[in-house]
Amino acid sequence: MTIEVRNLVKRFGSFTALDGVDLKVADGELLALLGPSGSGKTTLLRIIAGLDWPDAGEVTFNGENALVRGAGERQVGFVFQHYALFRHMTVFENVAFGLRVQPRGVRKDEAGIRARVKELLDLVQLDWLADRYPSQLSGGQRQRIALARALAIEPRILLLDEPFGALDAKVRKELRKWLRTLHQEIHVTSIFVTHDQEEALEVANRVVVMDKGHIEQIGSPGEVYDNPATAFVHGFIGESIMLPVEVRDGTVRLNGKALDIHAQGAASGDVTLYVRRHDMQISAAGSGALEGQVTHVRSFGPIQRAEVALSEGAAVIEIDAPRDRELSPGDIVGLKPRRYRIFAA
Amino acid sequence: MQPSPSLQPSHDDVGPIRHAARDDLRTEPRAVRIAVIAIALTFLGVFVVLPLILVFAEAFSKGIGAYLAALSDPEALSAIRLTLLVAAVSVSINLVFGLMAAWAIAKFEFAGKTFLTTLIDLPFSVSPVISGLVFVLLFGAQGYWGAWLRDHDIQVLFAVPGIALATTFVTFPFVARALIPLMLEQGTQEEEAAISLGASGLQTFFRVTLPNIKWGVLYGVLLCNARAMGEFGAVSVVSGHIRGETNTMPLLVEILYNEYQFVASFAIASLLAMLALITLVAKAFLERHLDEGQEEVSHDH
Repeated sequence: MTIEVRNLVKRFGSFTALDGVDLKVADGELLALLGPSGSGKTTLLRIIAGLDWPDAGEVTFNGENALVRGAGERQVGFVFQHYALFRHMTVFENVAFGLRVQPRGVRKDEAGIRARVKELLDLVQLDWLADRYPSQLSGGQRQRIALARALAIEPRILLLDEPFGALDAKVRKELRKWLRTLHQEIHVTSIFVTHDQEEALEVANRVVVMDKGHIEQIGSPGEVYDNPATAFVHGFIGESIMLPVEVRDGTVRLNGKALDIHAQGAASGDVTLYVRRHDMQISAAGSGALEGQVTHVRSFGPIQRAEVALSEGAAVIEIDAPRDRELSPGDIVGLKPRRYRIFAA
Repeated sequence: MQPSPSLQPSHDDVGPIRHAARDDLRTEPRAVRIAVIAIALTFLGVFVVLPLILVFAEAFSKGIGAYLAALSDPEALSAIRLTLLVAAVSVSINLVFGLMAAWAIAKFEFAGKTFLTTLIDLPFSVSPVISGLVFVLLFGAQGYWGAWLRDHDIQVLFAVPGIALATTFVTFPFVARALIPLMLEQGTQEEEAAISLGASGLQTFFRVTLPNIKWGVLYGVLLCNARAMGEFGAVSVVSGHIRGETNTMPLLVEILYNEYQFVASFAIASLLAMLALITLVAKAFLERHLDEGQEEVSHDH
């Protein structure tokens, strides 16, 4: 099932949640909508599901207008952030719900429903919980049951709203891997919303970065990380150093001093230099584009993080250096950005 | 080994002093505690327990035979029948409208929602006598619809419909108020899940919404029923006090009392008192279930 969204607009009072969004989702894709809260990603998901209606724009499934259909007719499986399991029903009845409410002609008989629910509980590996109530399950188990329930109606599209947002870090990691494997198995077109960049980059085939009701960039996890299209994407994905600088006469200057940094065609005026923390290379004093004094060093995992007070200005930046590079507070070091982008301030 | 003299005693001293200080901060002296509890219990005894006992004592003062005779009097039986009928009608009406109002307020956004929420509370903030008078103004012979009703030979005032209407008006907030906070807390996610799974509006209501609020519904119905059976002011205005026809139990209690028929009066009063006791027990039971439901909600989040 392909999904196409054209010029979608949605306002809540004076707040514009979606401001002309265009998006194409290919058949069988696993797409992530990534953005901070208030970026419109959940609103977009809910409109695709039929739980909200746009003020303007089109949504089509396989070229057919989806907006003329209600949520129940779109054959969309929706997984909520807080699971939204029916608390007065057992796990079995929760999963069976979508099958039981089907119109009489289409509905499976009791044996058919039982078989299908069993199959789904096996798929999420929780068949042993069939007789429990949602309040007796852990968060991770609840989310897997919610997924089984959504899959029961054989959805053409699977939509997941911050599916792992309410879980602790370890369970979240397990479920990510599990979701990716599951998607390879069932291969249904899926969109999930997240504000966690790691989750988006790790799980999705393609990532849509959103901010303030706009799509900032669409690309593979590698593309959005390595070639951020806008300042927002650079700042939001990965950890970036943002240094306010100035372009004059085609050279990049910090407090008037020209730096050995390419202006990348930026117009004269105030701009911002974006560098990933690990792309800021440390060299001997006097040899880099920038110079500064190390004020603080912390080591964890494979890296050490140093705070460097720049000599050219009052700015203090944080950089990530390999563990084998010796650094201690007080050292004067040169800094040379390996890769960087310049965006208008 | 000899413990260090400078450390050991101070260590021993600090413990008890700290405990005493903490106790002082947390609780009042024993005498104050006993006095406060005694005052509370005395108050409760004089104003709640004693009157309740006296109602039963007075009802049985001439023996159980007189008590039963008073209750089997045709007038008493008619009052009991009328009270049950009126309660059944107004509780049913309020159940349906209370559910609809709570559903609309808790699950949808619409203009005038705050106004509607305030309006639901109106019957609580108006004196019941006024509530009764409103219906006299509407349905009385000189009232707004009076002429039309007379032409079509429909009797509302001084008859069962009037009593039922007044009671319904006075007890309207109970069901809605029991449900609105509960439904607001539960949110709309389960309904959205049901709808996206293909359930129709009615299926969603009966399979998802209603089971989640059933204890709240019972709670509202219980309080609504207690008030409907006990309502005096509004009913007194619209009933007309026709003996054996439009007297409810509370009205009959007053009439019999004014006629110095104390045993009969208190016998009927004892029935209302028993209703109150049953309501209390049922209320405690329902509140426990409601709390359990609430806990599940908070676990979910």
